[in-house]
Amino acid sequence: MCRLAMKTANKPFSPFSVLTAMEAMQEGYDGSGLGLLLRGLEFTDYKYNQEDPVLSGIAHTEAALSRLHAIMNERGFVLKYDHEFDTDMSKIEAKDRHKYVLRVFKKPEAWNSLTKEQTEHEMMLTRLALRADGEANNGDLTAFSLWPDVAMIKEVGWPLGVGEALGLESGRIKSRVCMAQGRQNTNWGINLYACHPFFIEGIATMTNGENTAFLPIKDWLSGKGFPGYIGYQSDSEVFAHILHYVTNQLKLPLQAYKHVITPLKNSELSAHPQGDFLRGLRDVCRRLIIDGPNAVIGTLADETTILVMDAKKMRPATVGGKPGEWAIASEMCGVDAMIPDRDRSKDFQPMREHTIIIPPDRQEIEIWSQFDQFPLTQAA
Amino acid sequence: MVSIRSISSDPGSLSPNDLPWIIEHREDRCTLCGKCAAVCPVNTLKLTYMRKRMPKIVLSSTERGSSYKTFVGIRQNTDVGRRCIGCGSCAMVCPNEAIHPTHNKTDRYRFQNTKGGEAPKRGGRRNEPGPTLLDKISFNRISMLTDPALDAGRHEFSMNTLLGRVLPPEEFIRRQTTGEWIPPVREIFPFIIGSMSFGALSPNMWLGLLQGVAYCNEVLGIPVVMATGEGGCPPWVLKSPFLKYIILQIASGYFGWDEIIRAIPEMQCDPAAIEIKYGQGAKPGDGGLLMWYKVSKLIARLRGVPEGVDLPSPPVHQTLYSIEESVMKMIQTMSMAFNFKVPVYPKISGSNSAKSVLNNLVRNPYAGALMIDGIDGGTGAAYNVSMDATGHPIASNLRECYLDLCAQGKQNEIPLFAAGGVGKNGNITQNGMALIMLGASGVHMGKFIMQSAAGCLGNEQNRCNVCNLGICPKGITSQNPKIYRRLDPDRVAERVAETFMSIQTEMKKVMAPLGRSQSLPIGMSDALGIGDKDAAERLNIRYVC
Repeated sequence: MCRLAMKTANKPFSPFSVLTAMEAMQEGYDGSGLGLLLRGLEFTDYKYNQEDPVLSGIAHTEAALSRLHAIMNERGFVLKYDHEFDTDMSKIEAKDRHKYVLRVFKKPEAWNSLTKEQTEHEMMLTRLALRADGEANNGDLTAFSLWPDVAMIKEVGWPLGVGEALGLESGRIKSRVCMAQGRQNTNWGINLYACHPFFIEGIATMTNGENTAFLPIKDWLSGKGFPGYIGYQSDSEVFAHILHYVTNQLKLPLQAYKHVITPLKNSELSAHPQGDFLRGLRDVCRRLIIDGPNAVIGTLADETTILVMDAKKMRPATVGGKPGEWAIASEMCGVDAMIPDRDRSKDFQPMREHTIIIPPDRQEIEIWSQFDQFPLTQAA
Repeated sequence: MVSIRSISSDPGSLSPNDLPWIIEHREDRCTLCGKCAAVCPVNTLKLTYMRKRMPKIVLSSTERGSSYKTFVGIRQNTDVGRRCIGCGSCAMVCPNEAIHPTHNKTDRYRFQNTKGGEAPKRGGRRNEPGPTLLDKISFNRISMLTDPALDAGRHEFSMNTLLGRVLPPEEFIRRQTTGEWIPPVREIFPFIIGSMSFGALSPNMWLGLLQGVAYCNEVLGIPVVMATGEGGCPPWVLKSPFLKYIILQIASGYFGWDEIIRAIPEMQCDPAAIEIKYGQGAKPGDGGLLMWYKVSKLIARLRGVPEGVDLPSPPVHQTLYSIEESVMKMIQTMSMAFNFKVPVYPKISGSNSAKSVLNNLVRNPYAGALMIDGIDGGTGAAYNVSMDATGHPIASNLRECYLDLCAQGKQNEIPLFAAGGVGKNGNITQNGMALIMLGASGVHMGKFIMQSAAGCLGNEQNRCNVCNLGICPKGITSQNPKIYRRLDPDRVAERVAETFMSIQTEMKKVMAPLGRSQSLPIGMSDALGIGDKDAAERLNIRYVC
């Protein structure tokens, strides 16, 4: 089973502290890998401008690295900072890692006339172009994310070992949000793209549990023709894409995510103040209903965090913390490891109807129930 | 040359051994009550006294050599029209198990059933015994360790499906904002009682089905709907609150639609949907056929025709000029008649051209679904050659339509319904769930519900199959009150409820091991496997062995 840990704090912290939480939860996973997503970046070696896109990935060969360079140049990106990890390759299982890429770019000047949405779309297309280039060359180039203020690392091996191999304990990189997941997808065969968290246009999710409704959801998302809805090396990738679809494409409030993936029953909808709208939403998004067992942890571009469960709540997750600092983990001991000095009596384990929202100010968590009034858009 | 008259050598003459069903009679058990002869729907049986010689060797010249004994025996009529149909009514009424029909696989009847130049017709089924392709599909993606299995008896399951045009989410939200029309959508149980007309079925059968459907909805909470075939609906039903459980069919003869249109102002509720029949799996390219035997006074009144005449519907709708003309205009017209509050969808025969129809519907914003009826579908009356050899099996036809919709991202917008042999060997839930996982939003069943709810005697060995003649031994497809009063509507209703309760439980037993409970697993083809490589490749599912 996957083990998940997420910490969000107003003051940037080292991702290594989250890896130690993973270690606390070690009984529950096979230690096959690590997926990390950092938001709200701070580099000790470089003063980072939060508007600049950051590219995360792995060049497995020298040739791949130079192609990466060429692709970014061709699109007009200007390299501002190339983070050199203090790597100890002896601690990495895989032998074909030429360079872990974490590069800050200046956006192409040609994009100055684009809207925010167009710019975001272009960043996604660039990431997909890098991915496609790698796939066309025996997978020698892996691109995880290209987005302002976001860095991603995915690697095979014991999470703490991977962290040490990349020198994360040095604190040269810090972030306000860190999502960590401790497993490669050993169910299906190891592929770095299959490792959580999954990222699309600023949105990231990680999940524990198998997604039994994967194929119909994948078929539907693939049919939308949106260029970013590809991959699906893991059945959990659809959770990120559904969140993207609900918030970015349908432009519905975050709470709609829960109503889409685990809609209420008819009897519950008939007692709901916006039952008619929600029933319609359930019908039109019927192919996006998940069946679990899953706990989904997601973060958005504005550093908002959410946590939702499947309708049968067959996977656990706990949220705890204090104003300015919150943690979510699949095990309570994970929360303990990340924020030991909190009031544990206020820890919360969401039930099937809950969406936990930690807003960017991180002052308090919002426990929103599906039975509550839905923050309606004009549409409803 | 003059033929020898003493030996039957007429080209068309048959002996009992040439018939598809041979009656076996045991004199030692027969009580001579005569019930078998009385009940036989085709009058093939004749109990008669016969004489046989008892030879013995006699040495005395004053005695006769043999004596004669009379006994009671059965004569089986070898006339083609009065051959035994194998229904087994005789066995059903015999108090002593002295009589029953046995199937004769080497009959010669099949070469002689064209008397008077009439091509053979029958009701019922295709008569292809053995497991169907659907029977061979198994559910292989079992939740065990990577995700826990669900408990079919304890967890809540959401098993309903949608009938009606579903908008793309973006369009739904846009129309919500602007207050525009949102197409009607019905939430129904995915196993639907398929189109069988009030005319094909007896009044008692129809009433029993409707009672059972109402009970499923109102007491059991299973939203079952049933479809009428062509030929309308009794006026009291049209004006009743039960109309919401009924899919009204309009077909090329437009039979019964005078009554329906006249009843619209008095309807208490809308019908579940309107089905426009363009084709039928059992007899593609043929219109409906209600043979004169069944056009009783009641049926004649409902359909607005004289009594006792054959009622063939034309093979195509009179309005058919092109697919756009026919399908689009008819769908719009029917939508308008019911104030755009009732889903309207076409029913077609399984065909290589089904995808073309589908793609037309995708572009028609009023089309509520597509129903495809495969070659194994049943009928009240059809020519043998249509039933046996014309049409397309449902599985691959449905699958290619579904995958076509997936490629366009439209699989949630036009629900596909499948029919044609679903449950023909009794595996109703397994067959239906296999089709659902291949992409159907639901399945229609006709023959199965007749067998399950009313005890239809038909099987794939050409047993009975006389639905067309109005002599149904069980009273299911007869319009003769002397026959259909055999069928108790209350008992039919009870069996309908039992059938759907059992299907519901079996659905849970299929869904739970797959880890599915929150929605019907439409298109979940990763759960399917079949031990036939070619079929696996064609259906794009896993080959298992």
